[in-house]
Amino acid sequence: MITVDMFFHDQESFDRYVNSKVLQPAGIAPMFGVRPDQVGFYPVRNLHVLKISYPRKDPQGGMIERDLHGGQQFARIVDLELL
Amino acid sequence: MTTEDNQTIVLVPIGAMGLGIDEGDVERGIAAGAHVIACDAGSTDSGPAYLSNSMSKYSRAAIKHDLRILMAARHKSGIPLLIGSCGTCGADKALDWTRDIVLEIARELGQRPRIAMLYSEQEPEAIARLAAEGRIQPLAPFEGADPETFRQCNRIVALLGPEPYIAAIKAGADIVLGGRTTDPAVLAAVPLMRGAGAGPAWHASKIGECGALCAIRPRDGGVLLRIGKDSFEVEPLRPGNQCTPHTVSAHMLYENSNPFVLHEPGGMVDATNAHYEAIDDRSVRVTGSKFVVQPYTMKLEGTARCGFQTVMLVGIQDRAVLKELDAFLARMHEVLVARVRSSMGDGAGDFHISLRPYGWNAVSGLPVDDGSPPPREIGLMFIATADSQALATQIAKTCNPWFFHLPLVEAQELPSYGFPFSPAELERGQVYEFRLNHIVSVSDPFELVRTQFIEVQEEVANA
Repeated sequence: MITVDMFFHDQESFDRYVNSKVLQPAGIAPMFGVRPDQVGFYPVRNLHVLKISYPRKDPQGGMIERDLHGGQQFARIVDLELL
Repeated sequence: MTTEDNQTIVLVPIGAMGLGIDEGDVERGIAAGAHVIACDAGSTDSGPAYLSNSMSKYSRAAIKHDLRILMAARHKSGIPLLIGSCGTCGADKALDWTRDIVLEIARELGQRPRIAMLYSEQEPEAIARLAAEGRIQPLAPFEGADPETFRQCNRIVALLGPEPYIAAIKAGADIVLGGRTTDPAVLAAVPLMRGAGAGPAWHASKIGECGALCAIRPRDGGVLLRIGKDSFEVEPLRPGNQCTPHTVSAHMLYENSNPFVLHEPGGMVDATNAHYEAIDDRSVRVTGSKFVVQPYTMKLEGTARCGFQTVMLVGIQDRAVLKELDAFLARMHEVLVARVRSSMGDGAGDFHISLRPYGWNAVSGLPVDDGSPPPREIGLMFIATADSQALATQIAKTCNPWFFHLPLVEAQELPSYGFPFSPAELERGQVYEFRLNHIVSVSDPFELVRTQFIEVQEEVANA
């Protein structure tokens, strides 16, 4: 599983953006080539954090590996427009 | 604050054995009355090669440095030392490798500790039989537990819970070296043995198993856990470092696909209603942690050996090529595959070629946005995968002329891209894959475990 934690600056921005369409499972799933029902969506309000988790498509470290530790996956999310 | 009788103090010297334990941290933990030194030595973070080859990720010298400090502290204080997932992967050979370092240190320091070894590697055929009996469940993204899946693995380990560690201590072990174990179980063993609440014991162990990662300065050392019936406390061992309610509660996010619930052998840690409060500016008390008992299962990790890879790398600064990179790479891939087929025919076997343009989209593997400016240069990596190393290299050599000289447009003067090495082809070795994400139901926590005791006197006599 890959897990990405998004830390919002404060309660206000968390409450405002956590329900953005692009961050919901249906928005996240196509970015990573998985199904929406495979995406875990965990708002942690008291930390202003949104955690999303999804399974790897290919096994870690196998024939096709581009990011062994999954540490660069967040980059695709950074440019998303939250509306 | 609970009295010593009602709490267990766990000294966690560092987040991972081999990263460089600080002697001062360990001394402070012992002085604070620790009942056990517990450390996790394992990880699957760095991929399947370590498990497949039963080898440690960190150097022997780094592991010996850390073990030496812990063994000295154990000897002086008399409290037990527990190490989980020895040799990174916790496979049998890696556990034996760790044992040999421990025996070496024992000889050097003149110690004769009683050592318990907890082996958790499994025969693929035996696990395949359990799958046929319906005792194995898949976890996402797997959807079945076909016995053949397990048969194809070259190495399988089952993740130990705390019970084998507890049994070993009760049988008199001074040092317990565990095979692959769930990260918190090594820390939770002694608190559970001494009657701590299961919720606080497991939750504290999850928070503490990465050492100071739950503190403000995550690279600075280890932590001390004080675990009672209904609560636990955590503080860093390094002076100047601090645990805060934020850093401690945020640690449940780390490496966890679910921030509130963690599945462990025998149950589930539920931190949904945990409450974090600052005791002072560097320590935190946590209440409200729950452990929900469930039928005992052990997670399985397993690897399989796949093909072999040979790699080539060129640098490209050619501006015309860089302006048309997607089209160029698509054409190059076609040309290379065609050349291998025509030159080697069936002799190439089942092969695969991958082109990775670093500086463009090698890491994402996704189409680049329309209108993106061309890069100034790229490093183009070629990876051939084949059934043997020799074949992968023959494929690379076959591709070499066109990987080196392919022009943007046919019938153009041939360019020469920039190889950094001679020979151009680099034999990368075998590819391994994790094949399992499954859990096995066991009749008791010891069913899949082999425990062995070692008396150092005998070892010293036989040396």
